Amino acid sequence: MSEPDMVLINPEQTRPTREQDLIVNVQRGKNELFYELVRPYERRVYAAALAILRNEQDAEDTVQEAMLKAFANIRQFRAEARFSTWLIQITVNEALMRRRRERTVVMEGIDDRRPDEEAEYAPRDFADWREIPSEALERKEVRQRLAEALATLDRKYREVFVMRDMEHLNIQETAEALGISVASVKTRLLRARLMLRDLLAAGWEQGWFSRLPFEKGNKPW
Amino acid sequence: MVENKANCEQVWREISNYVDGEVDTALRQTMEEHFQSCKRCTSVLAGMRNVVQLYGDERMLEVPAGFSRRLEKRLASDVAVRGKRWSSWSAWLVPMAAMALIAGSVVLMNSLTFKNFIQSRHAQPGNNIPPDLMVVVSNGSKLFHVPGCAFIRDKASERTMTAKEAMRDGYVPCTRCLRQYLKTGLRREAKDDDATAETEEPPDDVLSTVGQ
Repeated sequence: MSEPDMVLINPEQTRPTREQDLIVNVQRGKNELFYELVRPYERRVYAAALAILRNEQDAEDTVQEAMLKAFANIRQFRAEARFSTWLIQITVNEALMRRRRERTVVMEGIDDRRPDEEAEYAPRDFADWREIPSEALERKEVRQRLAEALATLDRKYREVFVMRDMEHLNIQETAEALGISVASVKTRLLRARLMLRDLLAAGWEQGWFSRLPFEKGNKPW
Repeated sequence: MVENKANCEQVWREISNYVDGEVDTALRQTMEEHFQSCKRCTSVLAGMRNVVQLYGDERMLEVPAGFSRRLEKRLASDVAVRGKRWSSWSAWLVPMAAMALIAGSVVLMNSLTFKNFIQSRHAQPGNNIPPDLMVVVSNGSKLFHVPGCAFIRDKASERTMTAKEAMRDGYVPCTRCLRQYLKTGLRREAKDDDATAETEEPPDDVLSTVGQ
């Protein structure tokens, strides 16, 4: 596939030329370029594996295995797909297989028997909540709090949320990666976002972010 | 307001799609009107946008210390090995070499088996020679003979033993003095393993003929 086509199909791809070059070169046997090719996505694939496995060591092992699989199958990569999406899907597959193998699912299985169509979730009404500015992410404790909040979500909500809002897969890609319907992706995503909004607001009330240097102009909702 | 409550639930159902820009124009307008008059839903919307913004930030993608180095190292070692072994044309070389090896082995094994089979009839026709028959071997040849055979080399080094011992030591019968037995062997083959015919062959005859 020629480069203009690539741009047309993947308008959001920021560096089609460089990445495309790398892919072609690796496909032609320049194996030493493979890490350079996947390096921009290593954090995203790790987050995907962690969302599914919830264990740092397992997630890291999974990423390594997944990247080796990606390398072994690099000739099957077609330019119609986004390379990042392809890598994430391989990683998600690998992580799901690992979880099935190790049966870590047992603990979480109970939560997941509840159908998506359960009673609608009513977001809490908070008297005092402020927006957390992006700059707060510079602080490790804030990132830690957010990660902890995410980890409390049921598996099915957490996975969809991570694929959609952290991995930036679209709804269709998320559905394919996790093997669920588009409708399920939408329902679970709504629920995950609402719950996280409530968790963060509750955290605010509990003083999680009390030492953050918010500007006085930020109004409580 | 009863009307407003119902609207809130409807808004909550669609609020995620609204954030993603996945609602049609009519619904969008309805929701925007609602937000203007409903503090709670506006708070939910703002909170959800904050969630999407925060978690979508690159900085939330944290990896453990040394993660990149370990990944690079793993890829460097495994990819190099796999690459050498499997890349391009050499990907075909290994399976093809393996097939050639297997095919070669099969042919070789077949031929060896066949040869052994043939050899057992020609090189060891001694099957028909009485094992206790006294025979003579000598240096410089791997033949064994009936004593007094004209074709014994280096007669000074003659040693006497039974036919069985000679064959065990790798000697083969002389085709001249022991021809009778060899012919018997061939005839036996031709007769399709007629064992009785073979046992009835009188070996004494040969001994007396050659011995004279």
